[in-house]
Amino acid sequence: MTAGERLAVLGAGAVGSSVVELAAEYGHEVVAFADSSSAVVDADGIDAAATLERKRAEGTVGDDDPDAALAADYDVLVEATPTTLGDAEPGFSHLETALERDRHVVLANKGPVAERYGDVRALERESAGEVRFEATVGGAIPIISTVEDLSPSHVTAARGVLNGTANFILSRMAAEGIDYEHVLAEAQDLGVAEADPTFDVEGTDAALKCVILANVLSAGEREFTLSDADVEGITNVPGSALELAAEDGRTIRLVGEATRDGIRVGPRLVPQNAALAVTGTRNIAQLETTNAGQLNLSGRGAGGPETASAVLGDVGRLD
Amino acid sequence: MTPTLGSDAETEHGDDAEQSSRPRGDIDDAEREPQPHTIRLELADEPGQLLAALEPISENGGNLLSIFHERGNVTPRGRIPVEVDVEATPDRFESIVAALREGGVNVVQAGAEHYAEEVVVLLVGHLVDTDLSDTLRRIEENPATSVADFSLNAPEGRKDTSSARLRIATRSGETTAALALVREIAAEKELHVVEPLAGGAL
Repeated sequence: MTAGERLAVLGAGAVGSSVVELAAEYGHEVVAFADSSSAVVDADGIDAAATLERKRAEGTVGDDDPDAALAADYDVLVEATPTTLGDAEPGFSHLETALERDRHVVLANKGPVAERYGDVRALERESAGEVRFEATVGGAIPIISTVEDLSPSHVTAARGVLNGTANFILSRMAAEGIDYEHVLAEAQDLGVAEADPTFDVEGTDAALKCVILANVLSAGEREFTLSDADVEGITNVPGSALELAAEDGRTIRLVGEATRDGIRVGPRLVPQNAALAVTGTRNIAQLETTNAGQLNLSGRGAGGPETASAVLGDVGRLD
Repeated sequence: MTPTLGSDAETEHGDDAEQSSRPRGDIDDAEREPQPHTIRLELADEPGQLLAALEPISENGGNLLSIFHERGNVTPRGRIPVEVDVEATPDRFESIVAALREGGVNVVQAGAEHYAEEVVVLLVGHLVDTDLSDTLRRIEENPATSVADFSLNAPEGRKDTSSARLRIATRSGETTAALALVREIAAEKELHVVEPLAGGAL
């Protein structure tokens, strides 16, 4: 266990804010914190409670320019800005700056490892810093570190239910016999689905997680991006299909599969009592291994404190 | 049918007795062992027709188990239905059916027991408007697949999106090919396929 790392946290959404709030509990100190328009930097550690209160009340975290956090004197950069596709900016440049300064990077942002895995690993090789990204797949669930422990060469496939929003919608539709539109509206009221749910219901989010897993399994032999994934969302799954599945003791889940050969995400038929048939916002990852059989890891796949616990777990694993 | 809960998602043996007596995945033995098959024929009501129909069975190494000759039940075309039970290995059974057809015998149905595995899929879309019977016929026409069970759920009537559940019986080791066939038909008709997971992924 590494004690007392100095963290710079970029991104003040649910995950970034929770990292700031919980860092001290894990023995670390936040020396810089930035959102998209402001930053606070303090070499002696920022006042987490006051900063988060200011973010709630005024919408800013401090008086400095956001770039000040990136330039601060930290050991670990926590990149928790929103995931972007394509060039994965600005997250990728944040990671690049930190590695060039020989600092560690812990990602909650999926973009860099889903869209530019090769570039990330190349920068890491040139740096004394290390890159970790447990929080990018399955929120609180330790999936990447489990694959690492088993060694990627001993994991033949990873699959799972990796999007809580889509899973909430499918399990509510099946349980209540309600249409997609009604369940989506309910999910939005509950804060389970965002106002624009496209990323979740079209399978993009689940696909990015599978792309990351495929990159980890391939261990540099082959690089995957979102464009390599075969993706279908849940918007074409009507209640009538869930009824037919239930008559046969089955249900439908948005399942993502990652192997060294590719990535596939789509609605799939699974037995109702199968491990993969998790309900609500719960996630599950299933690993097929060569010597250890099948491993199932399930838990909370999203949420501020849950995902922050994965980020802080990564900080603790740094050499 | 075998209770499917908790068993393999993709492949379920179609025969309980067979499943208990033979370890699963033992495909080579299944290919060599003689199995009972039922052949339904329609014969012209003329002397010698039945004998002509039975000869190819013994000539191709089939063991005749029983003959049910329904003389009192003539088809609309004036033919007599005959049901023959034969024991043969799968490859010999194919030769028998081919020889019967070559000899001009009308084979209506041959060996439902021939199918060793099952796969369940859902189809979603404009099923009725895209010629549902054509969809089913094309699965049936493939010698390795047969539609064992079919269920349609069209809550909004024929004009809107409906769903169908197909239980497809396939020859041993042919479920991947069966799924590929379903995907191909679905892509052509702009239908969505909800497939099971391969292998023991549960």
